[in-house]
Amino acid sequence: MIRNFLISREAILLLVILVLVGIISTRFPGFIVPANLANVFNDTSPLIILALGQMVVIVTRCIDLSVAANLALTGMVVAMINTMAPDLPIVVILMVAMVFGAVLGAVNGILVWKFEIPPIVVTLGTMTIFRGLIFLISDGKWINAHEMSPNFTAFPRAQILGLPVLSWIAIGAVVIFFILITRTALGRAFFAVGGNPHAAVYTGINVGRTRFFAFVLSGALAGLTGYLWVARYAVAYVDIAGGFELEVVAACVIGGVSIAGGIGSVGGALLGALFLGVVKNALPVVNISPFWQLAISGSAIIIAIAMNARANRRKGRFILKQAEQST
Amino acid sequence: MNPTERFIPDRLTTPMQRLLKSWETLLLLVAVGIFTMNSFASPYFLDAWNLSDATFNFTEKAMIAFAMALLIISGEIDLSVASIIALTSTAMGAAVQYGAGTTDIVLIGLLVGLLCGAFNAVLVTIMGLPSIVVTIGTMSLFRGISYIVLGDQAYRGYPADFAFFGQGYVWWVFSFEIVLFVIFAIIYGVVLHKTNFGRAIYAIGNNATAAQFSGIRVQRVKFILFLLTGLMAGIAAICLTSRLGSTRPSIAVGWELEVVTMVVLGGVNILGGSGSIPGVVIAAFVMGLVTFGLGLLNVPGIVMSIFIGLLLIGVIALPRLLTMIAARRA
Repeated sequence: MIRNFLISREAILLLVILVLVGIISTRFPGFIVPANLANVFNDTSPLIILALGQMVVIVTRCIDLSVAANLALTGMVVAMINTMAPDLPIVVILMVAMVFGAVLGAVNGILVWKFEIPPIVVTLGTMTIFRGLIFLISDGKWINAHEMSPNFTAFPRAQILGLPVLSWIAIGAVVIFFILITRTALGRAFFAVGGNPHAAVYTGINVGRTRFFAFVLSGALAGLTGYLWVARYAVAYVDIAGGFELEVVAACVIGGVSIAGGIGSVGGALLGALFLGVVKNALPVVNISPFWQLAISGSAIIIAIAMNARANRRKGRFILKQAEQST
Repeated sequence: MNPTERFIPDRLTTPMQRLLKSWETLLLLVAVGIFTMNSFASPYFLDAWNLSDATFNFTEKAMIAFAMALLIISGEIDLSVASIIALTSTAMGAAVQYGAGTTDIVLIGLLVGLLCGAFNAVLVTIMGLPSIVVTIGTMSLFRGISYIVLGDQAYRGYPADFAFFGQGYVWWVFSFEIVLFVIFAIIYGVVLHKTNFGRAIYAIGNNATAAQFSGIRVQRVKFILFLLTGLMAGIAAICLTSRLGSTRPSIAVGWELEVVTMVVLGGVNILGGSGSIPGVVIAAFVMGLVTFGLGLLNVPGIVMSIFIGLLLIGVIALPRLLTMIAARRA
């Protein structure tokens, strides 16, 4: 089992991240100080949360390109609720954000499940529709810090045991998803649907409904992140988190989630997100312009899928060899 | 139904009937409907010069859409086209800074477009990677390079005669772009519908394995299609840069969506195997008319994108909804 772990994608990725952090810290010792590492983790938390939802969607052979637009729309909705009812408890805001996000995810899910439209088309469409809706409900205006109530913006930054609430929510999401993926029937169903949809039907799994649930989960997480994002940066407008969906997909692909479905893990999504987070936070430290970020994540996606493809090919040969030996 | 029972139609459908029932006819009716509504909605609509201006809304995107249609019919997709425009435009802008003339700029534009297409083609056809993720990756990479080069700056100072490609008129109200659009429509229509190469594209989209066994060089055809898409994005970049007269790294953001919408609206099956160039041509006009009409009614651009998103989903969902209702009734 230990040997399996050592040659796994997660272990390689962990090694890459550690080496990266090591190289940066030889030049800039300040980077490896626990407070800074906690900062990097906190900064990456939204990406981690979204990558978990995206991982589940990709495992079922779908893709959700609307997560960033969902995040922005839900963020705007809760910000507007906050300006109208500043005394609403944060628990209610959190519930509203998750339910609203889940409803948006359910729209994607229904279109994929009942109308059998390819997920990439559905989510490309809903991506622009959600962004447009933000403009419609907000009239293109910004909601700024002074319009939000203090407890609304303070919640993600509140410290518990030395870590901000935002980080704890990311940790909590990782734990919940780990249990969901490895210990529940739904978690197994995601992999069955992605691995072989026809076989999944014969084992009594409703493929469409399983995909629907994947989209709802992804939507709920996007909604939750929408509130956290808006509260943390204390601003809501049409273009927040623009293009973030690509970073989320990149985190999954780097984390070894196969776009062909059926392969992926919580640890992979977490490490993929952390890799991008470390790169993003290291760029200003080593004095490279943040304009490099986009090209770096693009290259990381391409290298990661090339590696995924090679890993899968090797596995194929191995099975053949075994079959030859057994006969 | 008893398996031995077969449905035998009383008579075969004539070509005329098929034409009347086709997607293209439906789309044409929609286009005429929008055209009529627009001319009632705004008194400024039915003006030759206004209509000529309206064509700029879609000509550049439609040029890419022709190549994209072929690519999607063959079962692949290229989401990096808008980023190819950004990179091509950046390269052309950089060349201008070194004193390149119009001919050089155009050649560089075509070459960079081709190279970007070739990069996608190598990753998809030679390394065998799925085109959706590859082009999501190159989408970040190509635009990312533009951001590295330009940052928050912009390239200006294109030579005066370079403006012809995006702003020039060939004759009366007919711009260079609309003429180019018509020429490409004819070329792509002939290639797809009248040549062996076109048949091969359909064969690959319907069943790549069967196509391979019937002697079609599947990977080579796909390679050429990615090259063509890159080339068309390069040509679109030349027209767009010439029209805008400047290059920013955020040029043509979100165009990949509009191009794919145009192709799907034109009746091309997103899963590959079917579609036609006349359909894409009419879809280009429909989208151009919708955005132009909404523009005349002072609808902001981002709200138009809601319509485009709804159009994309609605166009695919509607036929399925109708068959679902029909099945429930039966």
